Amino acid sequence: MQKNNSQESVLIDGSRLMIEAMARAGADTFIGYPITPANLLYLYATQRFELMLPAPDEITTIQWMTGLAATGRIPVTATSFPGFALMIESINMAYMMELPMVIVLAQRLGPATGTATCGAQGDIALLRGMYSGGFSIPVFSPSAYSDSWTMAGEAVRVAIKLRTPVVLLTSKEEVMTHKNFDISHLPEITATQMKGFDLADEYRTYANTEDKIPPFLAVPNNKHQIRITASTHDTKGILQHSTEEAIDNTLRLQEKTMKYLDDFTHYDLDEQAGATKLLISFGITALAALDAVNRMRTSGEKISLLTIKTLLPVPPVYYEIMDKYSNIIIAEENSTAQYSKILFGDRLPKNVTHIGTFGRMITPSDIINGGAE
Amino acid sequence: MSTNFLNTSNLPFCKGCGHDLVSKNTAKALDMLGLDPKDVIVVTDIGCHGIIDKALNAHTVHGLHGRSVALATGVSLGVQEPGKKILVFLGDGGATIGLQHIIEAARLNLNMSIVIHNNYLYGMTGGQTSGLTPEGFRTTTALSGNTFAAHDLCALTHAAGASYVTRIMGIGDFSDQLAEAYKTKGCSVIEVIELCPSYGVKFNPNRKLRDIAFEAGKPEGVWTNDRPPFNGSDSNFKEKYLKPNVKSLFDKLDKINIKYPSSLNKGYSIVLSGSAGEGVQLAASIITKAALSCGLNATQKGSYPVTVGVGFSSSEINLSPETINYHGMDIPDLVVATSEEGLAYSLKKIKQMQGGILIIDQSLDVPITGAKVIPFDFRSFGAKNASIMASIFFADKTGIIPRESILDMMESSGLAAKLPLEKILAALDRD
Ligand SMILES: Cc1ncc(C[n+]2csc(CCOP(=O)(O)OP(=O)(O)O)c2C)c(N)n1
Ligand code: SF4
Ligand SMILES: [Mg+2]
Repeated sequence: MQKNNSQESVLIDGSRLMIEAMARAGADTFIGYPITPANLLYLYATQRFELMLPAPDEITTIQWMTGLAATGRIPVTATSFPGFALMIESINMAYMMELPMVIVLAQRLGPATGTATCGAQGDIALLRGMYSGGFSIPVFSPSAYSDSWTMAGEAVRVAIKLRTPVVLLTSKEEVMTHKNFDISHLPEITATQMKGFDLADEYRTYANTEDKIPPFLAVPNNKHQIRITASTHDTKGILQHSTEEAIDNTLRLQEKTMKYLDDFTHYDLDEQAGATKLLISFGITALAALDAVNRMRTSGEKISLLTIKTLLPVPPVYYEIMDKYSNIIIAEENSTAQYSKILFGDRLPKNVTHIGTFGRMITPSDIINGGAE
Repeated sequence: MSTNFLNTSNLPFCKGCGHDLVSKNTAKALDMLGLDPKDVIVVTDIGCHGIIDKALNAHTVHGLHGRSVALATGVSLGVQEPGKKILVFLGDGGATIGLQHIIEAARLNLNMSIVIHNNYLYGMTGGQTSGLTPEGFRTTTALSGNTFAAHDLCALTHAAGASYVTRIMGIGDFSDQLAEAYKTKGCSVIEVIELCPSYGVKFNPNRKLRDIAFEAGKPEGVWTNDRPPFNGSDSNFKEKYLKPNVKSLFDKLDKINIKYPSSLNKGYSIVLSGSAGEGVQLAASIITKAALSCGLNATQKGSYPVTVGVGFSSSEINLSPETINYHGMDIPDLVVATSEEGLAYSLKKIKQMQGGILIIDQSLDVPITGAKVIPFDFRSFGAKNASIMASIFFADKTGIIPRESILDMMESSGLAAKLPLEKILAALDRD
């Protein structure tokens, strides 16, 4: 517990931290289409990115971003479920093309248009299954404002490093709430570069290199022909029905993500000696979890806390941590136990309790009461 | 036989397919313009025409059905070297599903040539009717003839502002016409009318291409607009859209110094509720910043209907000497209600209060609550100042933060100058 005696104290919202972090991490382009609660991100992006363009819809948004990424730009957009739903086919395209981008998904209450100004954590199941084939998109979920900074920067880094779309998952409560925050101690963020290509060699857009990340050349190039495609293709980027090389190439996309999962696994683990109970949370609910744990510990209860920041794909270390506890509580702001079911399947094990709300934030009391034995 | 642009003459289409001619004439036209294949980016759609990629020596980008023009727009905006050519190949099906992208490219007059292979049907999926199928034309799904008239794509894109629009009959050598369109600076839309032997010719035997187009009221032609082009390599693009010296978003933040004491020793939660246009969010921000100047931690978030200009406007503030993690609110310690709508919005919370304070405009009916009720006339200097006035009243009544901290924030934000502050303070002091 600390008093606010920092000299650099400012009132800030998560949107500002995220946009600034992404710009420093190397993102240089923002394509916007307005939607609550992502509008602040759009507004800040117009002030911060070198290139900002207003798209006429969200399908166009991702198409423009992909075209720009093919020329070497690092694009970002921000949306909420209705826009994200329109984007999915195009994000699949960018994934197949292996072009980097970050989509900030500010969750609101659904289904459909739902309530634009009400927060939620209801899009996790969608993210988990959004790639045809069940392939994984990296999803980061900040909770504290310090994470809004680091995870936004990390989202850009991973997008560039892996040449892939990345989702920064947040909610109305993080991107539209003002908090005092000390910006003088933020860790530095430096820009990541795309893995380049030695111009002397023969270029294959989808070369199967040992690191699983094909080197990048921007279109147009006056020495090498560049072939980019979202259809099943061989290493040259030429459409194939299902040759071994082409199928291997598609499978490499998932292998690539999983190969670097350790590298982009982020979580906070606050373990209490002797605790048999583990509380797991992420995003906005993780802040309520923090207060709940403090209160439970004050009243003598032993409990550990796992705050998840890399949401998807699920890092194996989460299971190693959970294996040490006999009682697991997962708090997430939805009624359908989305992340819990991703972790454990549709039938949750008896020692796993889901605490959820629908249409309102989970409070520390919800966690304390719901988690009581 | 290969050419500069085609690595084979054996293109991947059915025998007699009109797409074959479009590709070969394109290769010829690009040669005529003296372009090097590596200066050309061909963005292709999904459909029979789109499988041309592997036969091309240019750069190729192959995306989704109907989205090629939007994808090419991104490429066009990103390519900053002059002298590069962006070509988009799509079908009438792609043009139907992605019509907006084409209109958009025409509106922006983006530097690209959009070649619509109009064979009047969805070839790849079996010859179904598209939005460009003429009335009476037979397709797999309209065996006795299409009952609807087709879009006039040329009229639409010309109206939208493309520099150059043309409809070409895809017969024989039309490379000159293509070259003319391809050399346009800005957006050129080329509708090539052709037939798909596998479905179009099969279901419409003995009909001639030119007759079909003529009967549909869509003959050949060229339509132009005298407009400047727009793309990544044009100076107007760089001037208008590229900001080379963007500043950190942190530069604009007010750094708040601690100047005042606060009596608060635990968390305290406040709700301000009024109506849109009553300065609720502004007052909340003043209170929050004032609290920071008193060394407190604070969170603030607004709540309002989707249309911000009408209905209730509410803001939740948490203050604490300790770090605030959870910034939601169970039951508030203090509610300020300055209007009927604001009161209605916060009624549930007010009724749940077992203690704390309800500051309420004197015109409103006091609800049943366990809170101490303090009525006051906040609307005497106009509804728009109601919340601002209440923010000073809050400081006075609770003593959590001094009145001066509020006045200071009003001063530094420039708000004070816009208020009848003296009169407001006099009214408050009379209380
Ligand atoms: C979103 C989406 N819807 C439907 C399809 C299926 N599809 C593939 S090609 C095609 C039609 C192609 O017709 P057209 O654009 O006229 O090209 P053609 O085959 O006639 O050259 C369709 C509907 C798809 N790939 N994607
Ligand atoms: S199906 Fe029709 S459009 Fe497709 S390649 Fe064959 S002839 Fe051409
Ligand atoms: Mg067609």
